Amino acid sequence: MTHTPNDIHALIGRLHRDHYRDVLAPLIRITGSFALAEEVTQDSFAVALERWSVEGAPDDPLPWLRRVARNRAIDTLRRSARWRDKAAELAAESEAATYTDPDPERIEDDLLRLIFTCCHPALAPQARIALTLRHVCGLTSDEIARAFLVPRATLQQRLVRAKRKIDAAGIPYEVPSRPEMASRLVSVLQTIYVVFTEGYASTRDADLVREGLCEEAIRLARLLDELLPGRADVRALLALFLLHHARRDARVDEDGMIVRLDEQDRGRWDQDAIAEALPLVEECLRARPAPRYAVEAAIAALHDQAPSADETDWPQIAALYAELDRRGGGDPIIRLNRAVAVAMAGDLDAGLRGLDALDASNELESYHLLHVARAELLARAGDLKASIAALERARDLATSPVELAFIERRLIESAA
Amino acid sequence: MNYLFLLYSDESESPETPTDDAGFAAMMEPWNVYTEALTEAGVMRGGEALHPTSAATTLSRLDGEVVYTDGPFAETREQLGGYYIVECDDLDAALGWAAKCPVMGYGRVEVRPIMNLG
Repeated sequence: MTHTPNDIHALIGRLHRDHYRDVLAPLIRITGSFALAEEVTQDSFAVALERWSVEGAPDDPLPWLRRVARNRAIDTLRRSARWRDKAAELAAESEAATYTDPDPERIEDDLLRLIFTCCHPALAPQARIALTLRHVCGLTSDEIARAFLVPRATLQQRLVRAKRKIDAAGIPYEVPSRPEMASRLVSVLQTIYVVFTEGYASTRDADLVREGLCEEAIRLARLLDELLPGRADVRALLALFLLHHARRDARVDEDGMIVRLDEQDRGRWDQDAIAEALPLVEECLRARPAPRYAVEAAIAALHDQAPSADETDWPQIAALYAELDRRGGGDPIIRLNRAVAVAMAGDLDAGLRGLDALDASNELESYHLLHVARAELLARAGDLKASIAALERARDLATSPVELAFIERRLIESAA
Repeated sequence: MNYLFLLYSDESESPETPTDDAGFAAMMEPWNVYTEALTEAGVMRGGEALHPTSAATTLSRLDGEVVYTDGPFAETREQLGGYYIVECDDLDAALGWAAKCPVMGYGRVEVRPIMNLG
């Protein structure tokens, strides 16, 4: 096979994105060391680039990468006094049989192990995210650093520290047993959820990497849904992502400004994504108890199905927020959204009372969107003066240029 | 009487553990001398080296749920009141035991892996 250098670069880039985890995951199990497995996985991609640029790529590149990585792991273990026995054992295994790819079930198990290890609750939440994006999604540390707006050195330090902890503390490379599965899965789903919301919070055109986080979260949710079929919480999370992501083209205008839900061009919503998600929501809502993510997805589904903001099933949305509030966790954002839904469903006074109570409780002290919402409801109630005062409070609290620009525009509209 | 020695140092000032055999032996030398002295004097009851606090996990209880935090126990209001050394296959098993410890009703458990120097 002949390839141009560009072909080789593109091929390796693709393999890194899609199959980094497939090379890494079995090596962690075999060597018992996360750090070592990662080192040799990276090496094998570097060797591939060097070698394939000269010799051309093999017909079947993935087994090639796996074999090189495995051999390098054995070499490295041999050099370390403490691992010499393990190396001999592995080498004997390799020589006894020509190395073939493990069967699919084994690969799935290894991937699940990798995911549960990266999202282990004994690791800091930020470390879980970095490990998952790096090792399960195959993102480079550069990309992750840019996506999370931290210096590259900080991100790399975070990864190094996390891997050291995995090895030193003996975090197991195992899929949790059945009784532990539910609680351990919480940590995995939370990690993926934060990846999605980080991507969703980005709005500027320059933020392609950050926007890409939404796609990564969807990829992760799909992968998990394949690996753990029939879990309503996993499937509900996938549906929730699809329903929000369906609005991506309508959420931001040409100038990079946020377009509010009620002003979005609903014709630009991704109907394929919505169509994929709706049956998933129905299915997950039937689970007993329905997972929290299913309730959140049901709210997103009602918005996505409505022809306009006014024709939205607000009473149902208010009821779903009430359900989320009842389940606790004490999230004031839920109460904020509930109050807005109650107002939109027709009870403007009750909605405003809800927002005033939140304001008085100081739970959302520095949250500018509370005041944006109050401004909106006050304007609807005809109290323009109070509405402008609320927008001014929002302006004092907003931090990003995009938020500020949005509030300034609302102030100009209100004055007109 | 039995006494417990708790060894404190600034981790950021501590030298990296050498990975080569000779460097490692040189680092261990004064520790071996000290341990032998204690043993010969007949006062040695046990002792271990710990991994740095970056490998620690702290368990506490919030609203009845066990909460795991990456890192050491850092509050100074609560004081060390005892210790267990347990042998488990992995961190999950150790955390499982730690969560059952009676101190979890009113305090915390810091789980620190012990170094394998053998």
